[in-house]
This record gives sequence, C-alpha cells and structure tokens, in this order.
Amino acid sequence: MFAAGETVRVKDAWPEASGPVHIRTPHYVRGVVGEVVRHLGDFPNPEDLAFARPAERRPLYHVRFRKGAIWPEARPDDELLIEIFGHWLERP
Amino acid sequence: MDKEAQRAHHDLGGASKFMCEPVDIEPHTPTAFDREVDALRQMLAAKKLMTVDELRRGIEAIPEADYHRLSYYRRWIRSITDTLLRHGVITETELRAALGAE
Repeated sequence: MFAAGETVRVKDAWPEASGPVHIRTPHYVRGVVGEVVRHLGDFPNPEDLAFARPAERRPLYHVRFRKGAIWPEARPDDELLIEIFGHWLERP
Repeated sequence: MDKEAQRAHHDLGGASKFMCEPVDIEPHTPTAFDREVDALRQMLAAKKLMTVDELRRGIEAIPEADYHRLSYYRRWIRSITDTLLRHGVITETELRAALGAE
C-alpha cells in the first residue's frame, strides 16, 4: 500500500510486447516519477477481468505527475492526474 | 527505446501522430445500428455472458488498420463477436448463417 504524499515511480514495464494483454497504465507514464494523491479503493484487477479470469482486488490510486516529466514541450508545472493500480507502482 | 515506439496502437494518449488533428467534440446522434449494438452489450452484461473489460480487451485486439477505419460501435460489435465466438456462446456456423440471412 502507498500513502498519500508518497513519491512513486510507474514501472517501466511493457507487457504488451510479449503477448495479448489488457492494461490501464498509459504508455507515456511508464518509468515516470509522480506523487500519490489518494487511495481510491480496491477493485478487481481489470487485467484479469478482461480475459474472464478470476480477479484479485487491487488498490487503485490517484497519482499526480508534473507534465514536464512526461512531455518536455508541455508547460512543465501543469499537472496530470491519473488512476493507476498499485501493482504498477514502485518506490523509486 | 522511445516510449511512443513501444505503445500499443490503441494507447493513443499524447501520441504525436494525432496531436495536429482537431478533436471532434460535436455530439453525435446514435444510429439505429449504434443503439442496437449498445443494447446487445447491455443484455450480454445482464446475462453475465460478457463484461466491459472483455469488451475493451477485444477492441484493443482489433488490428491497427481496422481499428482506425471502424466506427466506435463497429469496434464494439467486432469485439462482442470475437468474445462470444471465443466463449462458445455462438458458433462460426451460426454467425455465418445469421449474416447470410440478412
């Protein structure tokens, strides 16, 4: 579990390269450092639901990123807030 | 490697290829076909034959050229058809017969 305010990095993982998957983590935040804003609740993992497999409940978080960390040409201090499942996050 | 080169073709957020294209934000009136597909998906969910997560997975599995060519609800019916065939809810013979009967 991650706490609000904690610094996290989105895993730089590319499971789509090795076979059919369904993932909710956009390509542009992989490997990027952000901040946990809040725990939104625990939900059945859509990566399994998408294949009609039994799905464990996983924590979902609002994670905030500085836009400059994702797109250098963006206004750097604009923010991007995304919902990301805990199993995609790690402590940098 | 460049992230954009690694993205799946349906993972469009921030893709530079689409950044110079205006976004269509006009409301669209659903056609009779669109409504029928939507109703079908709701019935399949109510009968626990298919989830929205499976719908999304099936849409994402549509090859890139078809993905960009098909309308929103045509992507849905393609995904629904693939999923029902995979689960054995319908057979290919039944599907062909139904399409041929139109």
